Amino acid sequence: MIALRILRHRLFWPIVALVLLVAINTLSRPSFLSITIKHGALYGSSIDILRNSSQLMLVALGMTLVIATRGIDLSVGAVLAVAGAVSLTYIEASPEPGSVGTVTVAVALGLLVTLVLGAWNGFLVSVVRIQPIIATLLLMFAGRGIAMLITKGQITTVTSAPYAEFASGVILGLPVAFLIAVVVVAIVGLLVRRTALGVLMEAVGINPEASRLAGVQSRGIIWSVYAISGLLAGMAGILYSSNIMAADANNAGLNIEVDAILAVVIGGTSLAGGKFSIAGTVIGVLIIQTLTTSITFLGIPPAVTPVFKAVVVIVICLMQSRRVRGLLAVRRRPVAPSVPGTAAIDASAAVSK
Amino acid sequence: MSIHSAPPAAPVLEVVDADVRFVGQVALEKAALRLFPGEVHSLMGENGAGKSTLIKAITGAQRLDGGRITLRGRPVAFSRPAEAAAAGIAAVYQEIELVPELSVAENVMLGDEPRRFGGIDWRETRRQASRALAQLGIDLDPASSLRSHSPAVQQLVAIARAVRTRPDVLVLDEPTSSLDQDEVAQLFDIMRGLKAEGVAILFISHFLEQVYEIADRLTILRNGRLVGEYLTADILRIELVERMLGTTVGALEDLQDRGREEPAAPDARVVVQATGLGRSNRIAPFDLTVREGEIVGFAGLLGSGRTDAARLVGGVDRPDGGTLRIEDRTLRSPSPRAAISAGAVYSSEDRTSEGIIAQLSVRENILLGLQGQLGWRHRMSWSRQRELAGSYIEALGIAPADPEAVAGTLSGGNQQKVLLARWLALAPRLLILDEPTRGIDVGAKAEIQRQIVSLAENGMSVIFISAELDEVLRLGDRIVVLRDREVVGVVDGDLLTPDQLLALIAQGRRRWLSRSPRAARTSSTWRGSRASRTRRCRASSTRTRTSSRRPGPGSMRPSGSCATGRRRRRAPW
Amino acid sequence: MTAPAATGAPRLGGRGRSVRYRLNAWLPVLATCVILVLMLGAGQAVFGDFVSPRLLSSLFDNNPFLIVLAVGMTFVILTGGIDLSVGSVIAFSGLLGAQLFAAGWPAAAVLPLMVLSGTLIGAVVGVMVAFFDIQPFIASLAGMFLARGLAYVTSLKALPIHNDALNWLLGTSWGVGDWTTTPGVLLSLLLVAIAFWVFHYTRFGRTVYAVGGNEQSARLMGLAVTRTVFLVYLISGTCAGIAGVLFASYTQSGNPLAGLGMELQAIAAVVIGGTILTGGSGYVIGSLFGVLVYGLIQISITYMSVDSWWTYIVIGVMLLLFVVFQRAIAARRRR
Repeated sequence: MIALRILRHRLFWPIVALVLLVAINTLSRPSFLSITIKHGALYGSSIDILRNSSQLMLVALGMTLVIATRGIDLSVGAVLAVAGAVSLTYIEASPEPGSVGTVTVAVALGLLVTLVLGAWNGFLVSVVRIQPIIATLLLMFAGRGIAMLITKGQITTVTSAPYAEFASGVILGLPVAFLIAVVVVAIVGLLVRRTALGVLMEAVGINPEASRLAGVQSRGIIWSVYAISGLLAGMAGILYSSNIMAADANNAGLNIEVDAILAVVIGGTSLAGGKFSIAGTVIGVLIIQTLTTSITFLGIPPAVTPVFKAVVVIVICLMQSRRVRGLLAVRRRPVAPSVPGTAAIDASAAVSK
Repeated sequence: MSIHSAPPAAPVLEVVDADVRFVGQVALEKAALRLFPGEVHSLMGENGAGKSTLIKAITGAQRLDGGRITLRGRPVAFSRPAEAAAAGIAAVYQEIELVPELSVAENVMLGDEPRRFGGIDWRETRRQASRALAQLGIDLDPASSLRSHSPAVQQLVAIARAVRTRPDVLVLDEPTSSLDQDEVAQLFDIMRGLKAEGVAILFISHFLEQVYEIADRLTILRNGRLVGEYLTADILRIELVERMLGTTVGALEDLQDRGREEPAAPDARVVVQATGLGRSNRIAPFDLTVREGEIVGFAGLLGSGRTDAARLVGGVDRPDGGTLRIEDRTLRSPSPRAAISAGAVYSSEDRTSEGIIAQLSVRENILLGLQGQLGWRHRMSWSRQRELAGSYIEALGIAPADPEAVAGTLSGGNQQKVLLARWLALAPRLLILDEPTRGIDVGAKAEIQRQIVSLAENGMSVIFISAELDEVLRLGDRIVVLRDREVVGVVDGDLLTPDQLLALIAQGRRRWLSRSPRAARTSSTWRGSRASRTRRCRASSTRTRTSSRRPGPGSMRPSGSCATGRRRRRAPW
Repeated sequence: MTAPAATGAPRLGGRGRSVRYRLNAWLPVLATCVILVLMLGAGQAVFGDFVSPRLLSSLFDNNPFLIVLAVGMTFVILTGGIDLSVGSVIAFSGLLGAQLFAAGWPAAAVLPLMVLSGTLIGAVVGVMVAFFDIQPFIASLAGMFLARGLAYVTSLKALPIHNDALNWLLGTSWGVGDWTTTPGVLLSLLLVAIAFWVFHYTRFGRTVYAVGGNEQSARLMGLAVTRTVFLVYLISGTCAGIAGVLFASYTQSGNPLAGLGMELQAIAAVVIGGTILTGGSGYVIGSLFGVLVYGLIQISITYMSVDSWWTYIVIGVMLLLFVVFQRAIAARRRR
């Protein structure tokens, strides 16, 4: 019975996938898990994965919240690009690109702009009541245009030591980028679970009208969720531009929305909204990042990564699909459909369960 | 053609020893059903009796785990609704399963459009659809959008679609739940016509009156098992209900009797004051005053505006004009949230889509309203949540008594109790219950009625809406009568006779009234019981007016047992 | 049947509603037309000699692949789904063609194979959505990765294509005076016409609408929902394969980066064309107009000789207006 409960836990399959990936990597190259210390910093493939996953972690975290409210945020990639563009354009124009003050203002400015963009998404979804996928599609289209407008179509490069710290810095042997991601995940995790934000988000995501009648102020909740998503995408944008020390409006965060959505879904949160799992998302991000890394690691051309991602998506989706589970389950009976009209919810939730 | 006394030898459809099991529960166990050509057969049972599972088995939406189904003497096993339909079993459901975006003609013909030169022949499609509709006596433009028609008309279109292919068996699953009396009459005429043609009709309805009016025979299920098969004419209502419930008559009389003992004082404090509240195309401007501890019944047919009026008072919809005062607060831009914080809650008639949050736990559902008021920043402590939810689960008898059970898995009656708990946790001054007893079994119905009375006796004001007039009359201190989207009268419940109420509601609908056996029957019984209304039960006057702004679960227990000492107000059987 | 005499209740009459119903349904498409005309008018007013046979011809000539993509996407969106894989299919299909041509295969074999490569991806997505109940967004995302990855597997860099048959598709110009067109454009318009016929004169087409309107109802009505959903993705994939052929002809090359973001352009065109993303309502003709509006914006941006990123912003604003417009209609209908 305990085995069955573990088997049915929503995080079971994601964890199995992650362990499998790590196992394959370790088998093919035993040095995969080894960590060495050079100049007070930890080095190793697993550290690289953690460092490189930080951007996706931030974006996917915001995406989890948005998806829980039955929404989706396609604009994160574009917003990410805008954040880098704003910050680096400010640093480039400032007299002292290397000063901490300049960098602080630049980062604050970048995050403020992305917060506004996120709030704009939230406004369209919660006030104008446009479907999330369309509302954020607008900014996905226009966002890169805005980023290019800011950088005037150029790739803005700067030299600023404090700014570079975000991506390449090390504290206590661990990459700063990773630490930022950990701290933000912890803060957001506390925010949604120690307050009632989490359960209210789920309520709004599962049944918006019932939540409205229950007096839940969904407008504010949805609005803030998109704003948070924008802000987190902005943070990822700072990390990205700090990594390459350039604002690349065309390529920054390209397809990151896709990876983020994938990470959320792999982590067991249903795209239909409702119950969400931040831990699941973290695992999802690690799966995607490990996969990306191991492909390079195994000597496969990185351009082929999409095929592997596709295979992972297909396999995970199929495993979570009700039909396949029905085929696998030997003597498990269908649960009684107790509420008429939940069939649709069940069907769409099949991915998550 | 009468099959009342002697059914023809061969049933067209026979279900024998049907078993269906789900995880942890038995939906059907050795259930049986026989349908003969040319009869209306009613399938009766409480929630959880297995009615819907049996219907699903017949219509191919559910496989049997045991037993067999024979159609015209041959065993069948459908795996999809389409197969059952092809074999001659058509079904019309309570939720209208059509496509509102498409035209009436398409909804009738979809999947079976006549073709010419390889493409759909639209002219012929519309012609055939018109014919199918006309055969049911429905005159509709087949090219019009289905969306532009009322739910009742859409229901008839669904029936036209179902019978167009000349099925041997027609399953009507609660087709009357969203129809008014005129529309029910029309539906029954159509059913009689089909019956005369030899169609076997399986009719499911919660309204006993309708069953007695239309059904020739009936099959009773309880807890997934067959209780028996009866000629409608042979079984008394009291026997029928007894067999559905499996309880004794004494208990039933008791719950039927549980009316309001002591109406609120006419000079009690005003809790809600609506002036000129209205919304175009929905409800004409109306005035309403609700006093402390008063139960106000809204009576009217479906579509009379009773729900719209209640939604306005509950702050759910925005009025076009007028003012709404709740507890000395004027709501400038009404919203459920504003109304709740002022002290009024509205419980929707639509439990599934506007009430319960299916995937959340019972605890989360119960506390949702309270949490919504507190805002997301102030989460209730875990122990407080458990304590509150637990106390409501106990007081309302929610089953299973597990606060972490997923709300969507509960039965309809228990979901309704969860919702009631959600509203009560908010300690409202005014509780608006829109059809809280619809679609739930008789036992849960009585339980909820008891709670309402008990709440009012503790000082809460209640607006109560029900499609069943006797329920409204029994509970309401005052009755707000609505007709054609207008409040046509506010009458003191004690001064109103049932036939007066009927007349008020149905003015201009005499044709139906004069024909209706129900109307005749109810008026006579009710008239006879008038005298009893003056009697008051002493037990209830010792009520505790605990002026709790937040009535604890204790106050929800049934009030004293005064019913036994009182004559029945109404003898329904 | 013994028609129940008393039932012909007059209040059930609904005559005279059909005209308004049709008008309502076509309103979004009309709006797109009006916008197209207004934009042309505005261009004429601002630039002087804006509207010309050349411009109108180039509206089609520049975007035949987008028209084809939009046709396929209309099928998918009408069922309430979405297909993100089509842009990547263009890359895969193009590179496959480039490799096969380089290997000396004849066009008669290569072109069908290019189309079939799209059909294949569509089938994969369709199986996932229709048979395994995976959300279209996720399933087509997998298809998108798969196609893009297969493109890279086929070739890591762009390959030129020299083939007369392929060049003929968009390289040939037929015309009267300044009015010109290409076989590829005619092919895309033929596909629009075929799609229109399929939507409005076949049971499959009507089932597409029914599924988008209410899937559960469609199932209970005994319609072949699963098959329809599968076919819709198959059609979209096939259209993407055809678009891949046209795009290869347009660029005379195969490129692993081809069609990047083109799925969004196709979705934008369909939405601008008045199809509602939740499904059940919309017309393939509208999608054609949507592509034209899209093309006109691109041309106008070039005309104004401002930086090309303004296209993104203008399309974004355009989409915003359309989406708000649809919102308003939906809100009015509900009332």
